[in-house]
Amino acid sequence: MLLVLLLAPLLTGFVRKMKARLVRRQGASVFQPYRDLLRLLRKEVVLADNASWLFRVTPYVTFAAIWVAAALVPTFATGLLFNWTADLIAIVALLGSARFFLALAGMDVGTSFGGIGSSREVMIAALAEPAMLLFVFCMALVAGSTQLSTVANFMASSYVGLRVSLGMAMIALIMVALAENARIPVDNPATHLELTMVHEAMVLEYSGRHLAMIEFGSFLKLLLYISLIACVFLPWKIAVFGTGPLSYTIGAAAYLVKLAAAGFFLALFETATAKMRVFRVPQFLGAALMLGLLGTLLLFVSKGF
Amino acid sequence: MSAIVLQMLCVAGLLGSAVLAIILSRSKIATAIIYSVTLVASAAALIGSIHWLLGDTANVNHLTVPIGLPWLGAHFRLDALASFFLIVVNFGGASASLYGLGYGHHEEAPQRVLPFFPAFLAGMNLVVLADDAFSYLLCWEFMSLVSWALVMAHHREAGNAKAGYVYLVMASFGTLALLLAFGLLAGPGGDYGFAAIRTAQHTPYVATLVLILMLLGAGSKAGLVPLHVWLPLAHPAAPSHVSALMSGVMTKVAIYGFIRVVFDLLGQPSWWASAIVLSLGGITAAMGILYAMMEKDLKRLLAYSTIENVGVIFASLGLASAFQANGLKLLAALAFAAALFHVLNHSFFKSLLFFGAGAVLTATGERDMEKLGGLIHRMPLTSFVVLVGCVAISALPPFNGFVSEWLMFQAVLQSPELPQWALKITVPAVGALLALAAALAAACFVKAYGVAFLGRPRSLAAETAEEVDRYSLSAMFILAALCLLAGILPGLVIDALSPITLQILGGRMPLQINEPWLSIAPIAESRSSYNGLLVMLFFTVSASSAVVFIHRFASRALRRGPAWGCGFSDPTPAAQYSGGSFAQPIRRVFGTLVFHARDHVEMPAPGDIRPARLRIELHDLIWEGMYEPIAGVVGFSADKLNRLQFLTIRRYLSLVFATLVTLLLVLAIWS
Repeated sequence: MLLVLLLAPLLTGFVRKMKARLVRRQGASVFQPYRDLLRLLRKEVVLADNASWLFRVTPYVTFAAIWVAAALVPTFATGLLFNWTADLIAIVALLGSARFFLALAGMDVGTSFGGIGSSREVMIAALAEPAMLLFVFCMALVAGSTQLSTVANFMASSYVGLRVSLGMAMIALIMVALAENARIPVDNPATHLELTMVHEAMVLEYSGRHLAMIEFGSFLKLLLYISLIACVFLPWKIAVFGTGPLSYTIGAAAYLVKLAAAGFFLALFETATAKMRVFRVPQFLGAALMLGLLGTLLLFVSKGF
Repeated sequence: MSAIVLQMLCVAGLLGSAVLAIILSRSKIATAIIYSVTLVASAAALIGSIHWLLGDTANVNHLTVPIGLPWLGAHFRLDALASFFLIVVNFGGASASLYGLGYGHHEEAPQRVLPFFPAFLAGMNLVVLADDAFSYLLCWEFMSLVSWALVMAHHREAGNAKAGYVYLVMASFGTLALLLAFGLLAGPGGDYGFAAIRTAQHTPYVATLVLILMLLGAGSKAGLVPLHVWLPLAHPAAPSHVSALMSGVMTKVAIYGFIRVVFDLLGQPSWWASAIVLSLGGITAAMGILYAMMEKDLKRLLAYSTIENVGVIFASLGLASAFQANGLKLLAALAFAAALFHVLNHSFFKSLLFFGAGAVLTATGERDMEKLGGLIHRMPLTSFVVLVGCVAISALPPFNGFVSEWLMFQAVLQSPELPQWALKITVPAVGALLALAAALAAACFVKAYGVAFLGRPRSLAAETAEEVDRYSLSAMFILAALCLLAGILPGLVIDALSPITLQILGGRMPLQINEPWLSIAPIAESRSSYNGLLVMLFFTVSASSAVVFIHRFASRALRRGPAWGCGFSDPTPAAQYSGGSFAQPIRRVFGTLVFHARDHVEMPAPGDIRPARLRIELHDLIWEGMYEPIAGVVGFSADKLNRLQFLTIRRYLSLVFATLVTLLLVLAIWS
C-alpha cells in the first residue's frame, strides 16, 4: 500500500518531464509533484462560505477509495495478502465511489464551474464505466476469473498467446484509462480557466490540504491504471506468490521499467494529439464500449479468439 | 401457534385498524393510534417471518379459511419464497408506519389516508400468502384498489386525477392478463389451487402463453417498459410514505407473483422464454434510468429509478431461468439469489429515498428540484441519510446495492456455459445495458442529490427549511444502517436466501458463512470474491489515517471566504447549475435518440431587453407512439358507439335479435 503511495507522484513527475522534453523545454524536476504536495499540505484551506461538511470530507473519501483500489492491483508480484478482498469489478466500483463524491463536491459550493465539471464528469463516467466493465467481462472470459491475481498469473503463463479479443480489450482499456485520468484527448490536466476543462473545473474551489489530497488521488489513479494495464497485458517477470526474493527483485525492476515505458508513451501520445471537443468524447468512449463488446462477443462465440 | 396463524392474525389486526380508522376519522389522535397499531402488527409479522425463514423452512404451513366461494374456501400457504417476500412487505410496512407517525401529522385530510394505509399493507400480505388462484386474484385486486385510493388521497392537486385514472386502467389491464393466465393454468379441469396447478403438466403452448400473460400482468404492476407509464404518475401522487410502499414494496409483490407463477407453478422454463425476460429486463433498466435522468420532480425521479431497478431484477430472473432451463442449478441459484438480494436492497434504499423526498416535501413544500438547493445546511441529518441512500442505489461499495449488482455480474460472466447461441449473444448485450444503467444511476443520483441538497438555495422555501421530526428521522436512520449492514455482511443474507433457491430451483449457492473474514465467493475464491467488511475496514483505516496524519503533521488552518469561481462569483443562486443543465450532456448523448430531445434557444435581437430563453423539447416516445394511438382509437369508437344510446325500442330489439342470430350461427359453424 505504501509503495503505490510513494511511487505515484514520481510517475506523474516523470510524465510531465517527458512531455516537457518532447517539446524541447527543460521541464520541472521529476520530484516536483512531491514538492507541490508538501507545499499544498502546509498551506491553509480557504473554504467557500457556503461549503458544507460534504465538501470537507470528500477529499479524504476520494483519496481513501482510490488508495484502497490502487493497493488491490498487483504491481510487481501477485498473491498480495488481501487480494481476495475485492475483484476487478469491485475496484472499478471503488473508483466509481471516489468519482461520485468528487462530483457531489463540485456541486456543493453552487458555482457554475463546479456544476459544469460535475455534469461532464458524470457523462464521461456513464460511458467509461460500461466500457471498463466490458473489458472486465472480456478478461474474465479469457482467464476464467475476475480476481486480478488469478488473471495476472494466467496471463503470465505461457498458454495465452496473441488473441484478437485481448487486443480489442487492451485498446478499450487504454481509451478508458485516458478518459478516467482526465488526459488528452478527453481532458487536459494542464489547463486552467478554460471552458473545456472537466476535472479541473470540478475541483476548482479546493485549496490547501484538500487540494493536495485530491491531486494525490489523481496521481494514484494514474498509477493504478498503468499498473492494471501492465499486470494484465504485460505480465512479464511479474513475481508469482511464494517464489524467492530474487524473483521479487526482478519483478520490481521490471515493474519500474514498465511504468517508465508507459509514462513515456503517454507523454508521447499527449504531445502528438490535440484535445477533442467535449461532445466528441462520447464517440471516443462509444468506440471503446463497442470494442469491449466486440471482444466479449467474440469470446462468447469461441474461446479461441 | 403455527407461523401462518401469526401472519393471519397480523393481517386481521391491520384490517381491524382500517375499520378503526374509519370510526376514529374525526378524532385528532387517530393518526398516532393507527400508525402505532400498524407498526406493531407489521413488526410482529416481520419477526414471525424472519424467525420462520431462518428456522425450519421444510415444514410448509397451510391454512384454509372458510371464506370466499363456499365449496372452495380461501387457501393460504407459508413457504420459504412467501416468507422472504413477507419480510420485504412487513419491513416496508413497519418502517413506513414509523415514518408515518411523524409525517402523518402534516396530512391535511388524514381520513383520506388512514383507513387505506393498513388495508394496503394487509392486501400485500395476503397476496403473498395466497395459495389458490381465486384468493390470489381477489387479494391482488384489493391491493390495487386500496392503493388507487391512496394515490387519489390528494385528488385536488394537478395531475393526480389523471394519475389515478391511468393507474386504474393499467391495473385492470394487468388483472385481466393475470385472470387469463390463471384460467389457462387451471385448464379445463378448473382446479384453482396452486398445489394442483403445480403438479399438472402444462403443454409448451400453454406455458408460453402463461409466461407472456404474466409478463403483461405482473410486469405492468412492477413497471416493465413499455407497461410502466402509470408508475411515474401514480407513485409520486400518493403521500410519501405510501409512495415508498408502492415503489419499494408493491412492485416487489408483483415480482413475487411473477416468480410464483413462472418459476414455481409452471415448472421447467424454456430457454427462449428466458431470453425474452432477460432482454425486457435490460431494456427496462436502461430506459428507466434515462427517464429518471431527464426528470426534475424529485419523487418522479425516484419512481423512474424504481423502473430501472425492476429491470435489473427481471434481468437477473431471466438469467436464472436461462440457467435453470439448461440444468445449471448452481448458476441458476446464483442469478436467482442476486435477484432476491436486489429485491431486498431496493426495498431498503427506495423506501429511504422516498422518505427523504417526503422530508424535503414537509420542510419546503416543494418536489421540484429546480426550486431546492442548499438543504444540507438546513437539514443535516436528513441530508446525511439521503446521501447514504443515494450511494447505495448507485451500486457503489461498501453499500448493499453494489453487492447485488456484483452477484448479478458474476452470473452474467458465467453465461458462456449456456449452449444456445441466442442466449450467448443476448447475455453480454444485456450485461452491457446493465452496466450502462448502473453508471447512469450514479449520474442520476449525483444530479438529484447535488441539485436538491447541495449548492445555494434556489427559493425562499429551501432557504428556511427546518429539520423534520424524530419519528421520520429514526425510520430513515434504521434504513440507512441496514443499507450499510447488508453491504458489509452480504454472506449472511445470501445464506438466509438459500432455502428459497432450494425450494424454487432445487439448488443453492455454497455456504458463505465459512469463508474467511466473512467474504463472499459465489463459485470459488479463485474465480471471484468480494469482502464488503474488509473494504469498509481498509477504507476507514486509510481515510482516518490520512486525516490524522495531515492534521497532525501538516496544516490545520482554515479560513472562510467567498467562493472563488474563477474570480467571478455568480450573483444569484439561479445562475447555478440546475437539474436540467446538469443532465444536458447526457441528454445530448442519449436523449436525441431515445427522447428526440431538442434544445431551442430563443435569443432576442440586439437592443431587445427580453431575457434569452432555453426551451427543452422532450418526447416520451412510448406514450406518444403506443398509448396515444390506443387512447385515440378507444375515444373514436366510443364516440361512434355513443349513438347506440339514443335508439328507439324497436331498433334495440332488432339489435338483440341480430346478436342472437349471429351467436347461434357462430355456434353452429364452430361445432
